[in-house]
Amino acid sequence: MTRQRAAWLFVGPALAVIGVFFFLPVLAALALSFTDFDIYALASLANLRLVGLRNYSELLQRPEFWNALGNTLYFVIAGVPLSIGASLGAALLLHARAARFKAFFRTALFAPVVTTLVASAVVWRYLFNTRYGWLNYALGGLGLPAIDWLGDPRFSMPAIIVFAVWKNFGYNMIILLAGLQAIPEELYEAARIDGASVWRQFRYVTLPMLTPMLSMVAILTVAGYFQLFAEPYVMTQGGPLQSTMSVLYLMYDEGFKWWNLGSASAVAFVLFVLMFAVTAAQIAWTRRRGPA
Amino acid sequence: MKRLRASALVNGLLAAGALVTLFPLLWMVSASLMSPGEASATPPPVLPARPSFDNYRELFAHGGMWRYLANSVFLASAATLASLIFNVAAGYAFAKLRFAGRERIFRALLGALVIPGQVAMVPLFLELKALGLVNSYGGVIVPALASIFGIFLVRQYARSIPDELLEAARIDGASEWRIFASVVLPALRPIVVTLGVFTLLATWNDFMWPLIVLSDKDLYTLPVALAALSREHVQDNELMMAGSVVTIVPVLLVFLSLQRYYLEGLLAGSVKG
Repeated sequence: MTRQRAAWLFVGPALAVIGVFFFLPVLAALALSFTDFDIYALASLANLRLVGLRNYSELLQRPEFWNALGNTLYFVIAGVPLSIGASLGAALLLHARAARFKAFFRTALFAPVVTTLVASAVVWRYLFNTRYGWLNYALGGLGLPAIDWLGDPRFSMPAIIVFAVWKNFGYNMIILLAGLQAIPEELYEAARIDGASVWRQFRYVTLPMLTPMLSMVAILTVAGYFQLFAEPYVMTQGGPLQSTMSVLYLMYDEGFKWWNLGSASAVAFVLFVLMFAVTAAQIAWTRRRGPA
Repeated sequence: MKRLRASALVNGLLAAGALVTLFPLLWMVSASLMSPGEASATPPPVLPARPSFDNYRELFAHGGMWRYLANSVFLASAATLASLIFNVAAGYAFAKLRFAGRERIFRALLGALVIPGQVAMVPLFLELKALGLVNSYGGVIVPALASIFGIFLVRQYARSIPDELLEAARIDGASEWRIFASVVLPALRPIVVTLGVFTLLATWNDFMWPLIVLSDKDLYTLPVALAALSREHVQDNELMMAGSVVTIVPVLLVFLSLQRYYLEGLLAGSVKG
């Protein structure tokens, strides 16, 4: 009996915090999204009215929302494969028998992950500078014209993607490296005895063995990329011409710039439902392709 | 011959990759030592002509950097310490102590991992406003006090503690609290360090929530202050580089000294799928 009570003393504080500061707000967000909570309601709750699904229907009619959604999907669809590709490439290199100084290279390639996003975004903003940035200097060296990375709506999202990939490919690199190390060496030996080339060893041994891990990495990375906010906030402020405005940035502006907390909650829930649907689809797809 | 070519290719690519990841960071340090306007040249200079700490002096003397640094150090360490207490106790209980509804509650927590934290932010702001915690240190710390991920991490590790060890202590008449302090905590030391590094870096680097909950400049953390400064000082490259160095170097040092623990946590956290 006392043991049961002790257990609750151990687990209670954490559960209380998570309940009060996470579960409760999530439920409240749903409720809030059915109200017209705005700056007047912030002053006095007497100004609060239930509006049913109006926040959602209005949101779906706003071009800003579709623009933000399109930008976010652009970021996810282009950014995730690039990021995982870089992670896989780096992991394969680190795992290669010919690789030297592995510990140094692993740390060097991972370093951007631990840097503060805001600070490295500030650094990259200058690397992207049209006149004085290193990126255009490198392009010039290759005989290519300078690009107005952060000022041209065609290049602003690619610039954000380049930065995001630089910042976080190291995370999945570590996970995939562990996956590569877990593949039994005998499989490669057998493949080599059969005369398989390096490419065929990769295609028929490495890739199938790594697939469960790649699926998991893809699911987590997609979820992470949907939460785009700080990169455009620091580097482009959502511009130029709203070309880097993300769904989460829209929620931030709605909620904490204009204090339309009701419609901001609707934005948050739409994002959540979308992410949930995409994750569920990914899991279903992974399962159908065979037991992971 | 073929061996040699493969080795050159692999190591060449690794070196190129390391150059790409490290160059922005190294250049940040170099540019932070340049005099105002020096970095704005074509080609961009690699090293400062006359290195000086003037930008740092400027930031700390007139930019309020001491204050932001102190805020960040205090908030990150307080949140880390407090959340360790909450998460380690809960993770241990979920692994080793029996209580009604244990499995159901744990499954509910795991299920909630799919909910992005940002969904909670708007009502959380209103909740903390009602509690008088908006625009205070408390507003930053309170939501970070416990995390599902942290509880999960500790639980996985704590399951490896042998039950006989705990039973033996109980037979000796030790209280549950004493068992936790003198048997469980020492056994959990590695995961406590791992979770500690993880939480420290996460709270130090956190941006969106402090940005929302803090409005008073004196309370800004380094990332929030840096974002605000960089909007004011768009032209002052060198100054902003110094600000970035001050923000990044502490976490980088913590990471380098505790790298093993951090990477272990990263791997342990990723097998939850």
